[in-house]
Amino acid sequence: MATETLHHDAHADDHEHHDAGATKVFGFWVYLMSDLVIFGSLFATYAVLMRGTAGGPTGADIFELPLILFGTFALLVSSFTFGMGVLAMNANRVGQVKMWLAITFVLGLMFLGMEIYEFQHLIHEGYGPDRSAFLSAFFTLVGTHGLHVMFGMIWILVMLVQLSTKGLNDMTRPRILCLSLFWHFLDIVWICVFSFVYLMGVL
Amino acid sequence: MFGKLSLEAIPYHEPILVLAGIVGILGGAALLGALTYFRKWGWLWNEWFTSVDHKKLGIMYFIVALIMLLRGFADALMMRTQQAIAAGGSAGILPPDHYDQIFTAHGVIMIFFVAMPMVIGLMNLVVPLQIGARDVAFPFLNNLSFWLFAVSALLINISLFVGEFATTGWLAYAPLSGIEYSPGVGVDYWIWALQISGVGTTLTGINFFVTILKMRTKGMTLFRMPIFTWTALCSNVLIIASFPILTATVAMLTLDRYLGMNFFTNDMGGNVMMYVNLIWAWGHPEVYILILPAFGVFSEVIATFARKRLFGYHTMVWATIAITVLSFIVWLHHFFTMGAGANVNAFFGIMTMIIAIPTGVKVFNWIFTIFRGRLELTSPVLWTLGFIVTFTIGGMTGVMLALPAANFVLHNSLFVIAHFHNVIIGGVVFGMMAGLTYWFPKAFGFVLDEKWGKRAFWCWLIGFYVAFIPPYILAFYGAVRRMQSYPNAEWQPYMIIAFVGALIIMAGIACTVIQIVISTRNRKAYEDVTGDPWDGRTLEWSTSSPAPFYNFARLPVVGDIDSFWSQKQRSNEQLDNAPYTDIHMPRNTAAGPIISIFAMIFGFAMVWHIWWLAAFSAVGMLVSFLARVFNDDIDYYVPAAEVERIERAHQQRVEAQA
Amino acid sequence: MQQPFYWRRAGTLVLLALCLLLAGCSSALMDPKGVIGETQRSLILSSFGLMLIVVIPVIVMTIVFGWYYRRSNTMAEYLPDWAHSNWIEAIVWLVPVVIVAILGVITWKSSHDLDPHRALESETAELEIQAVALDWKWLFIYPEQGIATVNEVAFPVDTPVRFRVSSGSVMNSFFIPQLGSQIYAMAGMDNDVHLQASEIGTYGGRSTNYSGAGFSGMVFDAHATSEEDFDAWVAEVAQSPDTLTYPEGYSELAERSSFHPVEYFSNVTPEFYERLVSSFHTGSDPDTDTQDAPRAPAIDSNEAYQTTDNQADGEAEDGQTISNEAGE
Repeated sequence: MATETLHHDAHADDHEHHDAGATKVFGFWVYLMSDLVIFGSLFATYAVLMRGTAGGPTGADIFELPLILFGTFALLVSSFTFGMGVLAMNANRVGQVKMWLAITFVLGLMFLGMEIYEFQHLIHEGYGPDRSAFLSAFFTLVGTHGLHVMFGMIWILVMLVQLSTKGLNDMTRPRILCLSLFWHFLDIVWICVFSFVYLMGVL
Repeated sequence: MFGKLSLEAIPYHEPILVLAGIVGILGGAALLGALTYFRKWGWLWNEWFTSVDHKKLGIMYFIVALIMLLRGFADALMMRTQQAIAAGGSAGILPPDHYDQIFTAHGVIMIFFVAMPMVIGLMNLVVPLQIGARDVAFPFLNNLSFWLFAVSALLINISLFVGEFATTGWLAYAPLSGIEYSPGVGVDYWIWALQISGVGTTLTGINFFVTILKMRTKGMTLFRMPIFTWTALCSNVLIIASFPILTATVAMLTLDRYLGMNFFTNDMGGNVMMYVNLIWAWGHPEVYILILPAFGVFSEVIATFARKRLFGYHTMVWATIAITVLSFIVWLHHFFTMGAGANVNAFFGIMTMIIAIPTGVKVFNWIFTIFRGRLELTSPVLWTLGFIVTFTIGGMTGVMLALPAANFVLHNSLFVIAHFHNVIIGGVVFGMMAGLTYWFPKAFGFVLDEKWGKRAFWCWLIGFYVAFIPPYILAFYGAVRRMQSYPNAEWQPYMIIAFVGALIIMAGIACTVIQIVISTRNRKAYEDVTGDPWDGRTLEWSTSSPAPFYNFARLPVVGDIDSFWSQKQRSNEQLDNAPYTDIHMPRNTAAGPIISIFAMIFGFAMVWHIWWLAAFSAVGMLVSFLARVFNDDIDYYVPAAEVERIERAHQQRVEAQA
Repeated sequence: MQQPFYWRRAGTLVLLALCLLLAGCSSALMDPKGVIGETQRSLILSSFGLMLIVVIPVIVMTIVFGWYYRRSNTMAEYLPDWAHSNWIEAIVWLVPVVIVAILGVITWKSSHDLDPHRALESETAELEIQAVALDWKWLFIYPEQGIATVNEVAFPVDTPVRFRVSSGSVMNSFFIPQLGSQIYAMAGMDNDVHLQASEIGTYGGRSTNYSGAGFSGMVFDAHATSEEDFDAWVAEVAQSPDTLTYPEGYSELAERSSFHPVEYFSNVTPEFYERLVSSFHTGSDPDTDTQDAPRAPAIDSNEAYQTTDNQADGEAEDGQTISNEAGE
């Protein structure tokens, strides 16, 4: 879908001029795959170190599912709102794109707030990442995802500025498409984190 | 204010380092002075440092790699000297702490800062030309990748004079590399140099993967791509899939060291074997990242100089793909002795041997390319023949190591050292030397001196065997790797022979340096204006040498494997008279060097725990990246008239020559 | 002009073969003194021989083709577009496949036969010795005899020995080349390797896995003795005035030293090895404090130099302890 959207702007007659927008989106796909390997390594590490609690708490002892569920919903809804933003972009409605991006930003902020609260709470209880290998792996996996969300939010801000100054053009369109891929990707990773870390941890 | 950094970090008590420091400072000052005197700063910055031209980046990769080769080889010489002396109770000349830094630095430098940049530099120089593209998919990222690599190389060299380098071995096995057993800054230098250059390498992987898949010229289907491009593609797939594992692993080690986490600690639930598994899950694909493009070079060289189509092109491609896939399921063979069960060991042993099948097939295909050909024994061909013989022997010792039960007595011994030098020198180094000689005229417009090239080859070949047969033998006496000294006096003669071998290799390196100097001085005599000095087969030879910055005035159309060759066979007069068109090109950018300098400052600040500086440089990286993002003026059009002027000038030179 | 090229190449190969033959006679791996090592020797030799079936033709073909099809030899056939032959393709795939298939079977069988965890079949009862890698020395504990030694190990000949191997520090690898298989020593992990000597003698042993500044001095002697001599040796160790306690005595022993002199301990705290291994498993049990003691703050790198001074004097028996205080 992403590629088709871009083809409208490409110089179809010019075979020398490789479609830059489509190449960018494809390149970003490849980047996401390599990022997925990072998450894969962290998941594998978590799976190995899950039982390395060193006398400290296990997942069941510390996970507060209702709170996590709230953050999860915020992130899932943000994926939907971003999707609406892309639809608005395809309809060439800059104002609406900005609105949906802003809503996505707020939902991302809610998610991040949830995570910061959770981390802060755990550290306060004495269950910081240095307490055990399990907690190291947990903080690192969840924290890496959170760091990605934070970068996604910085990116949203950048796009909001660029949409205001430049509008929708050959430069901003692929960027918004890449950002949407990034955002959905983070959503998928989070679903894995939620089921694999939190749900299985509590069960 | 300065974290852990104080004046005590400068090792003035080490005469070798002080000497190296003085030479370095004087040399650097002379270079900077010369640049200022000849007013070359602007030229260097505008034409090279900020360049997004893949050919110039390729050249810069090679220059840095050759400089780092000298550094890495100096380490090798010191190691060989130490082991030639430190027998039977003698302490030699290097105390353990210094010796340990040297072998660690030697491994890290040779793999990350010599072999990798040579391979990536060659891909930069050649791949876009071979696929008929004007540039890579993401020219700015390409420049950024280079600079991230270059500043990491600088960071490694800073560790020589400020503080220390790791004493852990090149893969920094935990828990030895943990804060408990390595409290100094050495491992931190290792961490940040690898992380920064690793980001650059991953970006290169993505960049070239997309370039090869998306930027090929009309008619170049996947199965018409030159073999070097195929091997580059597979190599980049490996980079994309394996370097993130390294990034994640080193990041976890960083968290252990900086935030007291317990991924790889002995206690608190940490798991040391996890580190070893993860690092080799990257480390094994890494060796194929290096060797596959070398295979590609040999394929190009042997077909060109045998004046014959490559035997079994499709087999070659599928063998490369098979190796790419298999390289991910063999990592455990690096630690059979960890104590995994017999089934696990046998599985990984057999998988490893299976890699020998496609590799063996490739070897036969090169041999049958020579068969019924007209082989010109140029220096690239000598490197190739030397490679086939040497690499086959290395492959054989590799299979012996892959037998778990045999590995139980060979592991960690000098047999391992001899084996991987056998395949890395015989494979990667020979390949890069062949590639350097082969594509040098494409980069500079003149060929390299053959006489000195052949001398370099013979020195390397003979030096290699003299240096690395003794360790093969010593392994059978129980000699292990990374010994600062050894009580067994009877090993000393072998160690001395190995030292002599290193000296012969040094002569080989000197021959290459002389070769480059002599050829550059006589570049008029060695000039090649045709752009096709070897009667080549692939597209890069169809454009002038050095190639114009836009590579091709008109993008070529491909109808065959070896399309340039078949085009030459058909006829020469079929000239394309279509009018030139405007060419769309990326603009040079300062963002790459600026972001990378901030990255280096960030790395340095993190090594020494100078938190304010780390925060400042992190913000610097972000801001300079955003500045790039907000800059719309990133490309331009070369007018058709300008293209015509350049092309006509080139044609006049060709005619004048004729 | 090109002639010497091949002669030199051939010369190199002859040299290689000669060296390997010479190496074969007396080296540790080619002159093993135990059943495991003997099997490994024949495994190495047979895999080497098997692969020569491919390696030798490859080398010969490279040289012969490279010479015969040289540019100046216009007599040679030249087919610039000949690039495919089903026959050749079939052979070049088949030969490596067959060889690897044979090697695969050998691999599977030998991996199981020589599995280090597998107990050796013997009429004689198995002897258990616990080997602990420390910075930078080997501690050997005889749980049945209740004794311990440092950097010296003895066992009766023709008796299967089960070495249980662990570490009190970083990763090391336990290896007596003339007896065969090595195995990693890792903290908190109870690894094992089964070995058996077939001939009386003293064999060198060492750590093969780099473990820090004193690594080169992490060597020990392994004595394969007669039954009587072994009993006498045990009695001698049992005479020693020193004893080894856990955790106090251990902490002292675990301090960094290289080329550590041989030490005998007539008595060892029961379950010493098990307690040491499990001390790494718990994060918060009462043992934590004592367990931390041996892994004291690591030394300043410069202090490591002292191993060299010590070794330079050639007085290995005078092994010097590198303590934390040494450099301050």
